[in-house]
Amino acid sequence: MSRLRWAIPLAVLPVIALLAYGFWTDPRGEVKSPLIGKPASPFTLSTFTGAPVSLDGLRGRVVLVNFWASWCIPACYEEAPVLQEVWRDYERHGLAMVGINVQDKDDEARKFMEQFKFTFPNAMDVGGKVAVNYGVYGVPETFLIDKKGRIRERKVGAVDAEALRGQVERLLAEPS
Amino acid sequence: MRRAAAALVIVLGALGVLGPALVLAAAPVDEQTVHAIAAQLRCVVCQSLSVADSPSETAHQMRDIIRERLATGETPEQVTAYFVARYGDWILLAPPRRGFTLLVWVVPFVGLALGLVVVAVAVRRWSRVSAGRAAAAAPEVDAATRERIRREMAEGGP
Repeated sequence: MSRLRWAIPLAVLPVIALLAYGFWTDPRGEVKSPLIGKPASPFTLSTFTGAPVSLDGLRGRVVLVNFWASWCIPACYEEAPVLQEVWRDYERHGLAMVGINVQDKDDEARKFMEQFKFTFPNAMDVGGKVAVNYGVYGVPETFLIDKKGRIRERKVGAVDAEALRGQVERLLAEPS
Repeated sequence: MRRAAAALVIVLGALGVLGPALVLAAAPVDEQTVHAIAAQLRCVVCQSLSVADSPSETAHQMRDIIRERLATGETPEQVTAYFVARYGDWILLAPPRRGFTLLVWVVPFVGLALGLVVVAVAVRRWSRVSAGRAAAAAPEVDAATRERIRREMAEGGP
């Protein structure tokens, strides 16, 4: 009988541990994208300046694709200066960069780009197909595509300047 | 003759343009199928809501994508596979019955079976213990007492 008295709390402990693990785990952060190492899904969009931008046109280059929105506060605002800096520093080394604006209003998206003086091409993903093709959960989300057109890195949330520079340099150094 | 050829070209051209549209119009997408697929998919911007139930813009766009893919002739399985290829099994509200996630389906039943075995063993042990106690509580009647009872009953009581 005294053994049974201990058996009940002992049986409950693993259940509590499992629930605690479940509640403390970020349901999105822990999920690894099945797209890592796979060929990046092609897209053709019209940029805010009216010029077309397509992934096929950037073949052979390292491409940074960033999904953002003007309503994404504060993460998109935190990373925007970092993205512009990375573009400024690595464009001449062959980096290509495309900003993809999701679920936004045209004027607010333009205001955002003006605020951070974006000089890399940005386009609106009307209908959200490109975002779903990249398995995007939310904004911001950043993908790095290697010279062979495969998705190599994915960052959910604001990018870290140092980590991003390291990844970009590593991919730029790879043979094409 | 030239006019007839021109007319033929116009008719063929019109068919070329309208043909695919007519095919699409002839096979309208069943909204119930769209809902059934959406109900299996997790809304990526929500907590524990399906794409069918979520009012979010993302879920709305995902329902449009389901509708468009069905309209191009994909089967519901192909549409679901399209989302799984991009988001992994995470996108499915019910974990697939294979590999590691098969455990999620099996463990509750194994647990239930084990629980039933434990209860059955415990009940049997308790009933044996209480039967033993009852036996101990009722002492054997010796032969002399039994003889006295029989005699007194035959005499019609004291």
